[in-house]
Amino acid sequence: MSVYLHLIWSYLKIGLFGFGGGYAMLSLIENEIVKHNGLPAWGITEQTFTDIVAISQMTPGPIGINSATYIGYVVPGNAGFESVWFGLLGSLVCTLSVVLPPFLLVSYTSHFIRRHQDSAIIKGVMSGLRPVVVGLIASAALLLMNSDNFGVGGMELTVSVLLCVASFLVVRYTKLHPIAIIVGAGLVGFILYYLLNL
Amino acid sequence: MNIYLQLFFTFLKIGTFTFGGGWAMISIIEKEIVDKKQWLAREEFLDLLAIAQAVPGILAVNISVVVGDKLRGMKGSVAAACGTILPSFLIILLIAIFLTPDLIKNNEIISAIFKGIRPAVVALIIAPVLSSAKSAGITWRTVWIPAAVALLIFSGLPIISNPIIYIIIGGVVGYIVFTRRQLSAKQNDKL
Repeated sequence: MSVYLHLIWSYLKIGLFGFGGGYAMLSLIENEIVKHNGLPAWGITEQTFTDIVAISQMTPGPIGINSATYIGYVVPGNAGFESVWFGLLGSLVCTLSVVLPPFLLVSYTSHFIRRHQDSAIIKGVMSGLRPVVVGLIASAALLLMNSDNFGVGGMELTVSVLLCVASFLVVRYTKLHPIAIIVGAGLVGFILYYLLNL
Repeated sequence: MNIYLQLFFTFLKIGTFTFGGGWAMISIIEKEIVDKKQWLAREEFLDLLAIAQAVPGILAVNISVVVGDKLRGMKGSVAAACGTILPSFLIILLIAIFLTPDLIKNNEIISAIFKGIRPAVVALIIAPVLSSAKSAGITWRTVWIPAAVALLIFSGLPIISNPIIYIIIGGVVGYIVFTRRQLSAKQNDKL
């Protein structure tokens, strides 16, 4: 059962330190769930992590909740608790853990924050966090630029780099919704890797 | 209808129909809460939004908690937060049951689709690096801060690759610098 305690502890930390929105949170999730947990039983690879981000983008709701629900479901199964109910329990505890710290903070400190909104504490802390948040998002991007997601070499690597650059340009310079980009890239993948069998 | 149920269903609707998390949700929440339901004046809402942003965690959940709390205290915030969380929880649970990592890996069609999707997802994360750098006012003189943070986390070394460290350092340094500046500004005023 220690896998549940690990999940709870990880998602409490993610909830407590998750400043700067979903993309900045990715770096925390990666560090807690994918990267450093030396526990092989967790079995969440960079690939699965990227897939969760993709699924999150295409479904409603915040990525923090989506990742907690998906990872909470998968991890107990990987640790040997193979039943829908163990997965459901994992989803539930992870989702509750990630919302508990902000829930308590909002409930008990909102009066304090309202009173001190213009004070040095809040303004100073927020101004110091802003550049860090940029770094957190950049680290998530760097960590995901690996062979898991781009392929080891040859044709797949070339296609992946082209897809990444093209998607970046579309996001940056058009108003196309991210879902459309993911669907488009999925279509390219289907044609090249399945139909043409590259 | 009971106010708690109203809170729950209003945020359930918001949670069901917003893609892309917090920022996309704000304008929709504002429309529902301020314009349609008229639970809050626009200024009150902006005030609450500032609180939701000052607290860590998922922005969309934080907004529902502060709005629920403002209207009906703890019970109100539980009702609103449940409404926000429930749709994505149920949808992702269904996906997790059927679209397992093993299936993504072993099914030829799904695996081909995801091979195409993954590099695009990376691009979707690179894009907000630039936009958040712009809104954080990063210049050539300060660009070393996010660069150092990103590289140290990327390094994978024990302890220093933990992002939590930089969140704490950023908050503490920001506080110290800000109070110093305010102090020196006050002293200049006196002179």
